[in-house]
Amino acid sequence: MNEPEKQNVEAGQEVLDKLDKFDELPDAPPKRKLKLSWTGKIATMIVVFWMVIAIIGPFIAPFHEMDMDGDDSFLNAHSNEYGTFYLGTDYLGRDTFSRVIWGARMTIGISLAATFLAYVIGITLGIAAAVKGGWVDMAVSRVNDAILALPSIMLGLIAIAAFGSSIPILVIIAGIIYASSVFRIARALGLDIMVQDFVEAAKVRGEGLWWIIKSEVLPNAAMPLATDFGLRLVFVVLFISSLSFLGLGVQPPQADWGSMVRENLAGLTYNSWAAVWPAFAIASFTIAINLIVDDISAKSGGSLAKKMV
Amino acid sequence: MNEQNLEKLLEVKDLRISAYNDEKQEIQIVKGVTFDIHKGQVVALIGESGSGKTTISLASLSYTKPGLEFTGGQVLLNGEDVLTAAPLRQRQIRGANVAYLAQSAAATFNPAITINEQVTESAVLHGILSQEQANERALELYHALELPNPDRIGYRYPHQVSGGQLQRLMAAMALCGNPDLMVLDEPTTALDVTTQIEVLKAFKKVIREENSAAIYVTHDLAVVAQIADHIVVLYSGEIMEQGSADKIINHPGHAYTRRLMDAVRPKPAAGMGGTVGAEFDRDVPALSVEQMTAGYGGIVNGEPAIPILRDVSVEVNNAHVVGVIGESGCGKSTLARVMAGILPQASGKVKLEDEELQGSLNDRKLEELQKIQFVFQMADTALNPKQTVGQILGRPLEFYRGIKGKEKRAKVAEILQMVELPPEFASRYPMELSGGQKQRVNMARSLAADPEVLLCDEVTSALDSIVGANVIKLLTNLRDKTGASFVFISHDLSTVASFADEIVVLYAGRVVEQGPTDEVLEPPFHPYTRLLISSVPELRIGWLEDTMQKREMAVGIARGVEITAVGCPFYNRCPMGIDATCDKEHPPIRELENGHQITCHRTVEELTEAERETQQILRGYEKLVDESMKVVV
Repeated sequence: MNEPEKQNVEAGQEVLDKLDKFDELPDAPPKRKLKLSWTGKIATMIVVFWMVIAIIGPFIAPFHEMDMDGDDSFLNAHSNEYGTFYLGTDYLGRDTFSRVIWGARMTIGISLAATFLAYVIGITLGIAAAVKGGWVDMAVSRVNDAILALPSIMLGLIAIAAFGSSIPILVIIAGIIYASSVFRIARALGLDIMVQDFVEAAKVRGEGLWWIIKSEVLPNAAMPLATDFGLRLVFVVLFISSLSFLGLGVQPPQADWGSMVRENLAGLTYNSWAAVWPAFAIASFTIAINLIVDDISAKSGGSLAKKMV
Repeated sequence: MNEQNLEKLLEVKDLRISAYNDEKQEIQIVKGVTFDIHKGQVVALIGESGSGKTTISLASLSYTKPGLEFTGGQVLLNGEDVLTAAPLRQRQIRGANVAYLAQSAAATFNPAITINEQVTESAVLHGILSQEQANERALELYHALELPNPDRIGYRYPHQVSGGQLQRLMAAMALCGNPDLMVLDEPTTALDVTTQIEVLKAFKKVIREENSAAIYVTHDLAVVAQIADHIVVLYSGEIMEQGSADKIINHPGHAYTRRLMDAVRPKPAAGMGGTVGAEFDRDVPALSVEQMTAGYGGIVNGEPAIPILRDVSVEVNNAHVVGVIGESGCGKSTLARVMAGILPQASGKVKLEDEELQGSLNDRKLEELQKIQFVFQMADTALNPKQTVGQILGRPLEFYRGIKGKEKRAKVAEILQMVELPPEFASRYPMELSGGQKQRVNMARSLAADPEVLLCDEVTSALDSIVGANVIKLLTNLRDKTGASFVFISHDLSTVASFADEIVVLYAGRVVEQGPTDEVLEPPFHPYTRLLISSVPELRIGWLEDTMQKREMAVGIARGVEITAVGCPFYNRCPMGIDATCDKEHPPIRELENGHQITCHRTVEELTEAERETQQILRGYEKLVDESMKVVV
């Protein structure tokens, strides 16, 4: 064997040694970490801010939501013997700043409760329809289609006309209406996952249905569903606010962003910002959640984002 | 071929391509690769997955996959650097000068548009040909590629032609605009051997006739030997060795090339199969199937609406490996699915150690389920991405055997060692494993159940030759250690021959031949078995031409599998078919020694005789075969 050939063989041996150790990859690829872009970070801060306000708001607000302590209605920022009105007063002379803070609890609280309810109903029925198939799927899906076919605000109006407006009723109505879209997604995800080989492997092993749902289906559906949760929450916030704007949601004198916009709409002609601040609160909260959702779904593959919307 | 006399078409000079990870560190994918392609030359890029062969071939189109970047070197096409060309010029190059053929034709064609429209689209779009000229050119190519009904095939939709035909149509698509260079990315890897030969033949002919140059990307040296003029051997983005096909195939210099050659399994022949020690022998077969018919759709009088398998009887003895072979569509996977209870049979029996099993797995007992384990083909989809390897392997231990906690962890480590993986892998997720490692975990999960019979459905098909060979080695060890029986399904006869001690040949849902490996791979053959054996490519230049001279090839490869209710299903592809008998009556089962059975109307003597005379008959037979069937050598 001549010299270059010998070198060649030695070089080859190195490669072979590497090969013998493992099939291909010597190292595990780095685990995927969820990294947010700067918009995502800012959005997270905004959402966290509103969440904190929703929890501790009533303790830090300078006025009670019902205190009519301002000098007059639709005033801009001013102070008097009761305190300072940073964002001015509303149509009854109440402090806008305090009412936005109080409203955070009401708006976000109702929305969260309604979205949770929608998820519990939607996922349960959606996964059940996907797993069971046949007439169960048929029956649930058709009823769901009927709900989806009606405009949600119409449905809300009819339900409120029938049952009256109270906070539990609002939560239940919003929950049921939005459960229909959660159902669609949960069922589609469930169907996708149920035909995967690893589910079939579990079936061949003899696993029960509950175990398959719990261990194989739900963990794989969790991430897309969590992403959707954010989006759905936004829709519910807007829905509750729209109902309040129409005067059918949260009833006065309780503060709620949607109803605050409606109450103070007249103030716009008097150069008052009282209607703008709650609108700004709704916008900042919903847009921030949207940005986070976008960020997460961009990281976990765009296909997910498309499936959601 | 004298390379110096030819004009250089493509020069790749010190090409470097890198990726960047999350920490912005550079990871070199291609590390300074240099080679030339001359006009009319086929250059093969060969290597395992991860060797960068596809990445390099795409560089000739000035394209990288998302996340990759060109970091150095030049790719000169007719003297023009395509890497630095303006985006508009790059668009002109793609499709007009360089055409790309992806691995899967089925995924490349749009199912909603007729074939001709798609074949001519690129040439018309680039303004090379008018629609009329393009249609003429396409027709010419359909003839050259020996497609059936060349005048009509363009009006069909992609799902109306077979996989092999689609692959050839993709070549027509690439060639339509007379490109200078074709890039073929593993065009035959996913095909059956019989289809592969047909596609290779057509490619070779058309490349010669059109005098086009091509980059042929593959991991299969035997295929490369048939088609390439020049071979570049790659490992991990570096050239290990390059030279003329003759030099690399017949005088490989580099140890890595030799390693690749070793992974090419020898032609299936008698004496390759495993032998089993008598210590595991038992009186009754571990698993048996009797007179079983199965298929899809509603069952009426024991006949499914769409029958797949008919009257299949197979016995799997303890510690034996039964290989099931046949082309796609022959019902191999269906057989395994019936055994596992995923698809209940329409009629017939499935027995586990003489106990009759219920058809549906829902009705089977837990211990019966435990004894028959199914290993899925694609480890990528068969492992839950949200569970760690430890959880995946631990579940069958807990589920069947009630092993929990510390004991379970110890057992998982033990099983990992059995499949030759380090115990630390228990905390990894499937995503963090390579293809071969995933397949090992996939098998380990079935082993964890402590089964009697393992049903392996194409477990090596998706793996590279070297990785696949390692998996087979592992399976052999496992059989010797555990005494479990295997049903090993594959379309690759060489793999089956190197592992199984019994072979069942399925054709169109019927058993055409079965028996010990040594007997099945020795004459007399069923004509279908012979077709399969002759279709396995050999690592020898000129093998393709030699094989195409054989008459079973001329008759057999051009047609696909059709499931028939009466007569012998192989009749339309059989060189020895008897008119008015084979197509009308069920063939009888002919018993030979050691349980070797051949289902054929021809007698054993006739089949033996045919084997001896094959070559002589062949010389005279050529004239009888349709002109278009002939190979241009």
